[in-house]
Amino acid sequence: MGDHHHGPAKGLSRWLFTTNHKDIGTMYLWFSFAMFILGGFFAMIIRAELFQPGMQLVEPAFFNQMTTLHGLIMVFGAIMPSFVGLANWMIPMMIGAPDMALPRMNNWSFWILPPTFLLLASTLFMDGGAPAAGWTFYAPLSTTYAAPSVTFFIFSIHVLGLSSIMGSINIIATVMNMRAPGMTYMKMPLFVWTWLITAFLLVAVMPVLAGAVTMMLMDVHFGTSFFSAAGGGDPVLFQHVFWFFGHPEVYIIILPAFGVVSQIIPAFSRKPLFGYDSMVYATASIAFLSFIVWAHHMYTVGMPVAGELFFMYATMLIAVPTGVKVFNWITTMWRGALSFETPMLFCIGFLVLFTIGGFTGLMLSIAPADFQYHDSYFVVAHFHYVMVAGAVFSMTAAIYYWLPKWCGRMYNETMGKTHFWISFIGFNLTFFPQHFVGLAGMPRRIPDYALQFADFNMMSSIGAFIYGASQILFLYNVIATIVAGKPVSDEKVWDGAEGLEWTVPTPAPYHTFEKPPKIDPAHAHS
Amino acid sequence: MTSQTSTEYEAYYVPEKSKLAVCATIGLVLSIFGAASIMNDLTFGEPGKDTSSWTIFLLGLFFFIATLFNWFRITIKENIAGMNSAQLKKSYVLGMFWFIFSEVMFFAAFFGALFYVRVLAGPWLAGEGEGGRMNGLLWEGFSFSWPLMQTPQEAVGGAGAQLIANNGTFTSAETSLSFGDAHAWWTWLPLWNTIVLLSSSFTCHLAHVGILNGNRGKFNFWLTVTVLLGITFLCLQYMEYHEAYVEYGLTLNAGIYGSTFFMLTGFHGFHVFMGMTMLLIQLLRSVVGKQFTADDHFGFEASSWYWHFVDVVWVFLFLFVYIL
Repeated sequence: MGDHHHGPAKGLSRWLFTTNHKDIGTMYLWFSFAMFILGGFFAMIIRAELFQPGMQLVEPAFFNQMTTLHGLIMVFGAIMPSFVGLANWMIPMMIGAPDMALPRMNNWSFWILPPTFLLLASTLFMDGGAPAAGWTFYAPLSTTYAAPSVTFFIFSIHVLGLSSIMGSINIIATVMNMRAPGMTYMKMPLFVWTWLITAFLLVAVMPVLAGAVTMMLMDVHFGTSFFSAAGGGDPVLFQHVFWFFGHPEVYIIILPAFGVVSQIIPAFSRKPLFGYDSMVYATASIAFLSFIVWAHHMYTVGMPVAGELFFMYATMLIAVPTGVKVFNWITTMWRGALSFETPMLFCIGFLVLFTIGGFTGLMLSIAPADFQYHDSYFVVAHFHYVMVAGAVFSMTAAIYYWLPKWCGRMYNETMGKTHFWISFIGFNLTFFPQHFVGLAGMPRRIPDYALQFADFNMMSSIGAFIYGASQILFLYNVIATIVAGKPVSDEKVWDGAEGLEWTVPTPAPYHTFEKPPKIDPAHAHS
Repeated sequence: MTSQTSTEYEAYYVPEKSKLAVCATIGLVLSIFGAASIMNDLTFGEPGKDTSSWTIFLLGLFFFIATLFNWFRITIKENIAGMNSAQLKKSYVLGMFWFIFSEVMFFAAFFGALFYVRVLAGPWLAGEGEGGRMNGLLWEGFSFSWPLMQTPQEAVGGAGAQLIANNGTFTSAETSLSFGDAHAWWTWLPLWNTIVLLSSSFTCHLAHVGILNGNRGKFNFWLTVTVLLGITFLCLQYMEYHEAYVEYGLTLNAGIYGSTFFMLTGFHGFHVFMGMTMLLIQLLRSVVGKQFTADDHFGFEASSWYWHFVDVVWVFLFLFVYIL
């Protein structure tokens, strides 16, 4: 307390006891990258096993543990924390706030994560192995037929949910309460808007996930029958509760990515974002729709036709606000003074590939067609186009875009572009063929497959190894930048960038906006 | 566009360093590790000593609660020291509001499960409608009514006779706790619980009016009444659970009726306990520490919001678990 003008503390205590949004953001980002590597390692095991038909490397039970942990770690450990880290770094700087609204809780939200993921990963070494019911852990696979480690998994999910809820409350309080005078809601950068809506979704659905795993816990250990028909419950109930969380969850993952892209494309088009207002309304519409489409993940469980139709039409509606967004990004680039630095490349990659993922989503939304696609590799291809080329590409773009502001050093552009092209090729080589094998009937989460799928699977595996290896280049580039990158001192690192974060010195000082900046009332949104 | 200038700006207090987060994490992670180990009968340390999981759980829990206690103590001290600007106070208000919203969604999951079973899955299990075509074959003779007094398993003649595997034996209760099964309305505990909890919300409001008028005597009196009513509720609920388990055979194993009943009322009861504890702490702050003034009493206000929230949940419980 007291003097606010000194820099960070020395040594480990800086990180353990920090309340600084930039420190906490940095920890989130590094942690999520570590989880990205771990989850990626599990993916490599999966792809190595699927390199050829027949059983080569691992036991089927272990293969199931790999698909389960890969999904859980990528969703909860890599993508979500990475965007929370970005929110921590950028939101206070974008709205002219001195820090996050509740700094000590902010630190707690982060420090919960590493030991919890350690606990989750340690289930691999427990009797019966790690959870193996898929990242969606449907009952009764995750209850009646689960290994004892499921209890540790359940409590891990509880605690991860707690972390997300606290992080989100913090973001909501920051955005609602900490904006500099004159920073009205409709002047906020779009990244702040998308995170405000994402945080609302998180506070609304993480408790529902907690409810779902609590019912599992009760069924496993205390004799209740929520998911057991013999006692009057229903396994399908689990799917309803899970997907009531799970569908908003996929927008929790993608909305901040939309925000990032909406910051970067204008900067490298040297034009303001086209249709700012409609972007805000589209984001809010997507968030609203996300609550009424959950059962499109379960068309094949035997719902009444009325239910199938409702969820089908509601799902198709999502294409409208999403189309608005894609239209606006393209129109922002239209007749802009474009340049293609690494962040822009990743954003254009995002735009093309996310749109492909959106279209396959539209195909999956058609209930009768989904009966064919359901639980096939087509679904795997679809959600990797939106998760990897959507969320991960935009996250990568964000790192390249703001890294110079964070550390005052410029990354190696050639290496960055190389990273992009290898990623782009590796990604498409991995997942594009999966559309074909999926349509032809190859089921997901199976360690072996029929011979006619062999060629495409080998291509997928080679692509996955290429994509995986390209992340090492990324890691090297980031570390090399931090350690020995070319120093930059311009406040505005990119000449087309707009926003408050580009008005503070480079590298961003430990404390920014201890006094709120003046916002020009005539100035449009940034 | 911007410059770092400012006119009469009250600084937002950002604590420099804090050990609270790391301590709370250690406590929390130890307690969940201990709890999961207890449930799986795992032991640690020397063979033959089977108390190690409990030791880990209790140590973690104690450390966690102690850290939270200290955390709130520090924030209260900061507020008394005048370190909290109006803006910071608003952050706490927003934090509490959205925390309660997350609690609403937690209960929504269990209410959703209840409605799903009562409206859709139950009738399907009994073979009704499109969803029931297969179920009619699996659970022949099962008919659905609420409260469910015969599980599908019992309808087909026990766990050994059913056509699909499951994770247990589900034995229905003899009597439900619904209004329809009550002996007489004045012995029906949920009614008294409703009266007690609704009154406590009212007395809580009277306490709030007291502090708003700067009347500490009135505040202390009505807050004491509120806490006592909360304790009364918990005692009545204990009696009800005892009655359910011992006299009616209504247990967690009693099929979906017992599952939803204990889950909803149990979590509600836990929240009453939490709210009561929060209010009790506010009472002690006022009686012992002479804290709170007419215009600065957010600790109490936040607890009272929580209390009213718990009360509203009860109204829904009373309606959908006990009456309808």
